[in-house]
Amino acid sequence: MTLLEVKNLKTYFDTSKGLYKAVDGTSFDLDYGEALGLVGESGCGKTTCALSITRLLPKEGKIHGGEILLEKTDLVKLNDNEIRSRRWKDVSIIFQGSMNALNPVMKVGDQIAEAVILHEKASKKEALKRAEELFELVEMPSKRINNYPHEFSGGMKQRAMIAMALACNPKVIIGDEPTTALDVMVQAQILNLLEKLRKELKMGLILITHDLSILAETCDKIAVMYAGKIVEIGTIEDIFEKTAHPYTQRLISCFPNVGKEKILPPAIEGVPPNLLEPIKGCSFYPRCHMGIPICLEVEPESRGLGGKHFAACHRSGEVSHEQ
Amino acid sequence: MTRKMIVRKLLYAMLTILVVLVFNYILFRVLPGNPLSMMMRNPRATPETIAAVKEFYGLDQPWYLQFFTYFKHLAQGDLGISFVYKAPVADVVAQKILPTVLMVGLAEIVAIVVGIFLGIIAAWKRGTKLDVATLSFSLVTYSVPTFWLGMILVVLFSVQLKIFPTSGMFTPGKDFATTAAMLQDLFRHLALPVLTMSLVLIGQYALTMRNTLMDVLSEDYITTARAKGFRERYILKKHALPNAMLPMITIIAINIGFVVAGAIQVETIFSWPGLGRLMYEALRARDYPLLQGVFLLVTLSVVLANVLADITYSYIDPRVRN
Amino acid sequence: MKWKLRLKKLKEFGRAVAKNKMALTGAVILSIFVLVAIFGPLIVPFSTMEFGAVEDMLQPPSGKYLLGTDDMGRDILANLIHGARISLLIGAVATLISMVIGTIVGILAGYFGKRVDNVLMRFTDFFLVIPWLPLMMVLAAILGTSLWNIIFVIGITGWAGTARVVRAQTLSVKERQFVERTVSIGAGNLHIMLRHILPNVFPLVFANTVLVAAVAIVSETTLSFLGLGDPTMASWGMMLHYAFEGGATAAGAYWYYLPPGICVVLVVLSFTLLGYAFDEILNPKLRVR
Repeated sequence: MTLLEVKNLKTYFDTSKGLYKAVDGTSFDLDYGEALGLVGESGCGKTTCALSITRLLPKEGKIHGGEILLEKTDLVKLNDNEIRSRRWKDVSIIFQGSMNALNPVMKVGDQIAEAVILHEKASKKEALKRAEELFELVEMPSKRINNYPHEFSGGMKQRAMIAMALACNPKVIIGDEPTTALDVMVQAQILNLLEKLRKELKMGLILITHDLSILAETCDKIAVMYAGKIVEIGTIEDIFEKTAHPYTQRLISCFPNVGKEKILPPAIEGVPPNLLEPIKGCSFYPRCHMGIPICLEVEPESRGLGGKHFAACHRSGEVSHEQ
Repeated sequence: MTRKMIVRKLLYAMLTILVVLVFNYILFRVLPGNPLSMMMRNPRATPETIAAVKEFYGLDQPWYLQFFTYFKHLAQGDLGISFVYKAPVADVVAQKILPTVLMVGLAEIVAIVVGIFLGIIAAWKRGTKLDVATLSFSLVTYSVPTFWLGMILVVLFSVQLKIFPTSGMFTPGKDFATTAAMLQDLFRHLALPVLTMSLVLIGQYALTMRNTLMDVLSEDYITTARAKGFRERYILKKHALPNAMLPMITIIAINIGFVVAGAIQVETIFSWPGLGRLMYEALRARDYPLLQGVFLLVTLSVVLANVLADITYSYIDPRVRN
Repeated sequence: MKWKLRLKKLKEFGRAVAKNKMALTGAVILSIFVLVAIFGPLIVPFSTMEFGAVEDMLQPPSGKYLLGTDDMGRDILANLIHGARISLLIGAVATLISMVIGTIVGILAGYFGKRVDNVLMRFTDFFLVIPWLPLMMVLAAILGTSLWNIIFVIGITGWAGTARVVRAQTLSVKERQFVERTVSIGAGNLHIMLRHILPNVFPLVFANTVLVAAVAIVSETTLSFLGLGDPTMASWGMMLHYAFEGGATAAGAYWYYLPPGICVVLVVLSFTLLGYAFDEILNPKLRVR
């Protein structure tokens, strides 16, 4: 049985300027103990995608179509109470730049404990005990649960956040840029920790990032998002060795080889399309170096390239040869 | 918060108080056209009066000794003699403290409770009619001069509806059989001044609370709390409010200067026998020793209140505490 | 190029203001009062402000006197129109003084930092903490009650908030590269402050002006009401002073104590609306959607 299946998800925002199609027909799946990397430029819809799963969208955002099946239950169809009881219990989120994701005037231990009390019906004492265990699990001294967030360093805050995300033994953890704003050393530690925990606890992990380089060593699968759609999805090997979308290729060329010293990556020239307006043909066409006339007219469909490798490009077979 | 920080804050406060005292000295003794020189040049002043004034302020001494005399008198609580009351300023002022504290204290409590409540509802029901109404109310009351609002309320409740008395603290010449009867009379007189003061303050507190809470509600940790599966009401109570209340403490402290201004106007309109009315009277009669006394007391209280708020804040906010 | 960018930003701001209902309301009300203050006294002859005959004293509105008369037989409408000019003049000049002091202190503190900053900010805090009305009352009492003294007193007490805001902005502008570059070229301090810092803090100063102006108008009204206004200049505050002293509230002379107050409320409200709208435009979190 697949743990999580997202099918043709459409999440739109109702703005004063019209319907903003942040996520427009996205599909992927995730197995127990599997890690999926979701990568793309900022604004491509990856965070909206994550928020859609537990329906944490702001007031203006609405799921207009698709299914989100968690162990065969469609989360889109649950009522407010049902989805609330699923949050954190089934799917927890490690937020982007968790500098401010922890409440500054509440002890970190209490913030973990309140989730345990809510979902596990535990007593305050049991919940705090659990918080201590979790701190040990993320390799932090258990007595630090009595500290406030500002008393932690960036990396420690992120560890505390991970401990919190693990509080109710969720089936899926979503990390939304969990290592952005951390220095490289700490970044590696956090990623290793996440990988270790996911394998030990058999959780599904979705790692959202704009930095493809950190996914290579952490994930089993990578999905590349562009303009609200997944343009390529496949195993690490598929993505890196048999690249089948020009956008993926550009993302790869944006970071220097792993292990070498990081230099400032060259940005991909051009800007993503305006998602308020209908797009004709391929959304990447204006920035693509391989465009042919058909790209302007027909939107490429996602085509299987063998195994679990899919790409949405008219010239997907030629990409890895173009260099 | 460490002891060192408290000591530093207290030192700063003492410095501010010193500045207030020196400022007061300059205001009343040094500025051209200062009251002292006016008094000396008053043709009606008898030589004895002039001699007495000269002696009290040490005017025949060099300036640094005058300055010293000023501090010596202050230290002894000797603020001179009121022209109008013909009594020591300290005694006159002391009698007026309680009525002001009673009126302003009550108004502050009402305003803080109602203002915070309104602000929470407005932020919670953001964009609804209730929010717009609170916002409009706040902006309008902020724009109304306090004394004029007092005048309108007098016309409405005293002249037209005859529910509350127009002025004073007790009905003049009335003997009260019981304490309860006296208190009832007191509260009837308190109603309009307190209403005026709190109306002006409610708007400000509501607006601040609304905006602070809106800021807080857009913070990441609120999203975290939602992701954890909590109900909106719980998130508001446990996560948003504790964060939003902290700046309110500072706002209430900063606002004390505004409250003082309001008290002066309200007491003037309603003839409330407090410090504000005393200051107005001293001003009209150009009773400079009295004016100076009230000014000093009010300014020092405000400075001290700010220091207290500052220290309280640092005890409550964990980010400052450590 | 730089000016073009600034002009573009200004246009964007203008469009945002035009779209904002609050800002638009505020701007319209304010414009009406400014027009009345400028042209009103030219249309309404001054003679209507002279003391009237006994039978004209404290008369309710009528065909002869649209808004009635005060207790000295003067036409209230005429008084109101002349009062607009005085009240707005006091408000405008006092605000200007506050803004100039606040901007200078803020820029100096932020630009030089260290000890200059420390001393100036202590001084600013002192003015922030000290209760403004008692200070104004004492200053006005000592300096005497003339139009320019009132302006001076209001201006000198209202700059502290602006100084704080400008200082913070100066600090952030100073961090930007072009200032560093100008410093390395060897430009003088004054040159940098005038040519690089000032233009960058100006939008903020402008947004702050409306709030200071609101306080200045209320201050003038309050001081005049407390008997510290210029007796020869009939501002709205002076009118309310005479109304209160003359017992207009007890006499039920609503046409006497209402109009000046309403005018003050409208003008202050227009500034408050503009200020709130500017804040909303600059801080999107507050927007009512």
